[in-house]
Amino acid sequence: MTRGSSTGYWIGFTVVLAALAAAPLVLPPFWQRFATEILVWGLLAMSSDILIGYTGMVSFGHSAFFGLGMYGAAAALLSVKPPNLWLAMLYGLVGAAIVAVFVAYFATRLRDIYFSITTLVFSQIFYVIIFTWTEVTGGENGLTFSQPLLSIPGIFSTRFTIETLHWFILGVVTCSYLLLRRITQSPFGRVLQAIRENEPRTRAIGYHVERYKMVAVMLSGLFAGAAGVLYAIQNKFAAPDFVFFLISGETVIFNVMGGAGTLVGPVAGAAFFLLLREGVSRFFTEYYLIPVGIIFTLMVIFVPQGLLGFLRRRLDQ
Amino acid sequence: MSVGIPLDQIAIQTVNGIVNGMILALVASGLTLIFGIMDVVNFAHGDLVMLGGFTGASTLALTGNFWLALLVAALTIAVLGAALQASTLRPLLGRDPLTTILATFGMSLVLQKYAIWQWGPSARSLKEPITGQFTLFYLQYPWYRVATAVLAAAIIGGLYAFLKYGRYGIWIRATTQDRIMAQAMGIPVPIVHTVVFAIGASMAAASGVLFGPLGGVTQNMGADFTLRAFIVVVVGGMGNLGGSIMASIFISLLEAYASLVVSPAQAVIVSFMALILTLLFRPTGLFVPTPK
Repeated sequence: MTRGSSTGYWIGFTVVLAALAAAPLVLPPFWQRFATEILVWGLLAMSSDILIGYTGMVSFGHSAFFGLGMYGAAAALLSVKPPNLWLAMLYGLVGAAIVAVFVAYFATRLRDIYFSITTLVFSQIFYVIIFTWTEVTGGENGLTFSQPLLSIPGIFSTRFTIETLHWFILGVVTCSYLLLRRITQSPFGRVLQAIRENEPRTRAIGYHVERYKMVAVMLSGLFAGAAGVLYAIQNKFAAPDFVFFLISGETVIFNVMGGAGTLVGPVAGAAFFLLLREGVSRFFTEYYLIPVGIIFTLMVIFVPQGLLGFLRRRLDQ
Repeated sequence: MSVGIPLDQIAIQTVNGIVNGMILALVASGLTLIFGIMDVVNFAHGDLVMLGGFTGASTLALTGNFWLALLVAALTIAVLGAALQASTLRPLLGRDPLTTILATFGMSLVLQKYAIWQWGPSARSLKEPITGQFTLFYLQYPWYRVATAVLAAAIIGGLYAFLKYGRYGIWIRATTQDRIMAQAMGIPVPIVHTVVFAIGASMAAASGVLFGPLGGVTQNMGADFTLRAFIVVVVGGMGNLGGSIMASIFISLLEAYASLVVSPAQAVIVSFMALILTLLFRPTGLFVPTPK
């Protein structure tokens, strides 16, 4: 694909993909669902990596994109009969895109922590709107709907099973990963990395930094919206809790734990976080965030590169 | 916008807005102090408010003295703040300021859950120490609210005097201006940082206790306070003490007036709008001189 593309990387890619595809066939039912969920959160984490790892902008507002993806899917599934999978995807992406345009326009005027705070505030705006606009969004209770059929128009249409849902989501996540990888390696992606390394110099060379940042936020928002749609389809509901900034915080945690700037790292981070949560909540029940928070803080201090940080060079081939 | 709203209601909301604004100013000035001096965006600031409120509630239940509770809460949270700073933020000194957001976010998660673990999920209310009321139009307005505003102003005034004339205050300002030079002049910069964080934390705790009788103390009030304080600090101009005080009152007044027309939950959107407009037209902050 690109110059210096290594066979080692593609062998690793194939092995991991095969393992993920085989997961629902060998795992017990609880872990089947768990594996699918890791993929969805992994996509959300990957989407924010474009900003955190590649452009150096820490977004604390990804719950807005994710949540609007969910509510967009809900709108399609509730208003159009019979519920259509691809329409849900389309509505969700449009919903996320609208929010992304809004956030991109305002938040990219600011840098560093100001950007983080602004994205956080924006996600809270959407949270308040969704939470209080009960007639449309169902308010605190959210919306429930039935799962669409897995279909390719004119060819076939069948109900989702646990396995096919997993494979469908795996397919979307893999395509997104390859697309994001292509983007980060394109000249556009290189400019984003230049912005991360030295913004004034990038500007001095003649790049319109704001425009690049806006496109980055919009792209990131679209992929986060796709994750929201997948989550809605998997769980058959949309709830305001998923627009609340705690989800944004978790997205940042995924990135830091797994290693931002690698695309694969955040997915691994999501898996690590979910497993950690699953493990410690057996001992700490609802207080699982106490040990998880401590582990996270320790990782910020001692492992700033994340779990897969050491693979950074290899993954970027 | 005031069509159909009687003048006395507007007057009452003005007083309410100023009182709430002063409590918010107390929170925000702690946040501003920490940011201005250490470049640390303290995501856990609202949680320190919450912990202060709970410590105050426990002390009040034990001793029955509100002012003692205020003092105990401020001191306890100051010690906690110093410990948190020394253990998690000191190792991050000199790294990207963004890492401090992450570290304090982790801190916030832990503190929030710790509060539920320690004090349970139910809300606590503090009994107000001053029960007198005076007549404000058709309302009996509690003196306690007025006292809160005055006390908050006094604490902020004390902070200002301390920064201006105190020995540590001068060290703190020197560290703000030039960290490396200050260190070269023999100022113990790491200790200054710890002290600043402790002061900010104790101010947060004090506002938690003062707010207790007005709105009660709940486990999830932390996020709300953090968010509000962030808005205020950005609108006022980051790292600018006077600006954040003005912005606190401004935002609280806006919300108080808005709640005449819409529900309080939606009135928050007005302050979000204020933030957006500020970012659009005065990204450096509303209450600071125009940068050259």
